[in-house]
Amino acid sequence: MVSFAGYEMPIQYTSITLEHLAVRSQAGMFDVSHMGEFWIRGAGALEFLQYATLNDVSKLKEGRAQYSMLPNARGGVVDDIYLYRTGAQEYLMVLNAANIEKDWLHLQRLAEGFAVELENASDLFALIAVQGPNAVAVMQKLTDTDLASRKKNDTFMGKLAGKWVRFARTGYTGEDGYELFIAPEDAQVVWEALLAAGITPCGLGARDTLRLEAGFPLYGHELTDETNPLCTPYSWVVKAQKEFFGKEVMLQVRCERRLVGLLVEGGIPREGYRLLRDGREVGYLTSGTHSPVLRKGIGMGYVEADWSEPGTRLEAEVRGKLLAATVVEAPFVKR
Amino acid sequence: MNYPSELKYTKTHEWVRLEGDVAVVGITDFAQDALGDVVFVDLPQTGRTVEAGAAVAVVESVKTASDIYAPLSGEIIEVNSALSDKPELINQSPYAEGWLFKMRVNPLDVNKLLSAADYRAVAENQ
Repeated sequence: MVSFAGYEMPIQYTSITLEHLAVRSQAGMFDVSHMGEFWIRGAGALEFLQYATLNDVSKLKEGRAQYSMLPNARGGVVDDIYLYRTGAQEYLMVLNAANIEKDWLHLQRLAEGFAVELENASDLFALIAVQGPNAVAVMQKLTDTDLASRKKNDTFMGKLAGKWVRFARTGYTGEDGYELFIAPEDAQVVWEALLAAGITPCGLGARDTLRLEAGFPLYGHELTDETNPLCTPYSWVVKAQKEFFGKEVMLQVRCERRLVGLLVEGGIPREGYRLLRDGREVGYLTSGTHSPVLRKGIGMGYVEADWSEPGTRLEAEVRGKLLAATVVEAPFVKR
Repeated sequence: MNYPSELKYTKTHEWVRLEGDVAVVGITDFAQDALGDVVFVDLPQTGRTVEAGAAVAVVESVKTASDIYAPLSGEIIEVNSALSDKPELINQSPYAEGWLFKMRVNPLDVNKLLSAADYRAVAENQ
């Protein structure tokens, strides 16, 4: 067990590799109750969220969800988030546990002058992510609500194992599945029903290896207050045709470094390792691990724009040794 | 956790089995369990002479990289080449198939190492 953002969480239940492969081949579940949740409600909710987030909230219909980010005034990212539209004037924002206080202060300041009400509901939800090619079929046995016909990013209420949950067809593994928002007092019943149905419990270790294979960023690593999202593969989130906080500064960026995926041979890349080209430092790794599916080292990192094209050969400095590192487009593993 | 009594140990979680003047070295059951799934092993060059306590190999799990120290002074004479394809042998069989390397040593030096009982006390107090 490790302490993470005030929660005691397991790195693994049995083995990171076995848990990882269970999610890729069958179904696994993650207790991610540490994640933060804010309600945003009111006549001005859409207008406020258009200003406070990068993606286009006007495209978000009731019962749908979108990935997004909170921009700061310097062209950087306060947090990356998922936004769920749960009503005509009601949105649920899911954010990183380590950023709850920072995001709350930031959004409260931005909300002045908007007809909007914010509620920090982080302690009002348990969150279980059920992921994998069999996840939907297994969950279907525990609910009368039709799960299979729903689309990616749909969200709706239903009962699972006799308890009301908010279903969301979202996740952080690159696999099909649902995330379940549950009243904390009902979480144990739901978890145990899923366990009895054969879903493999997975810890933080597999969550990280899965998201990295899928090419998803982790806040504090690929995205920070100092990184401009336009210099990352997630630049699609930035909708320049609308107005948002800090827009002018963000759009002025010239990307000296770009975020890329890297395949590394003969060792395991880790966060902070240097990337070199002809002996000269041209970047650094923001994340790295061993891919249980590819059985190779994979990572993400910022490299000088000149060396950021897929296929570019670099070297990763791993404990004084130079290993071949090739720039590739994430995801490393496709469903 | 298993601590075979015929082996000698270090505080840094290596085990040693003496075969004449050759020391077979690996990491303990306790160490492999703490590391989790081992996915990569960086082994020393054979022929290299090292001092006791020198970092000579690296065992990497999904979670982390861990240095392996020479338990005794001597010459590296053989490495376990099976580990490059099957690093998981370290988890599955830490005291047999998962051995790391062999060193030619002064057999008397082995007395400087920990007994199984002493090592168990070190490991379980961590």
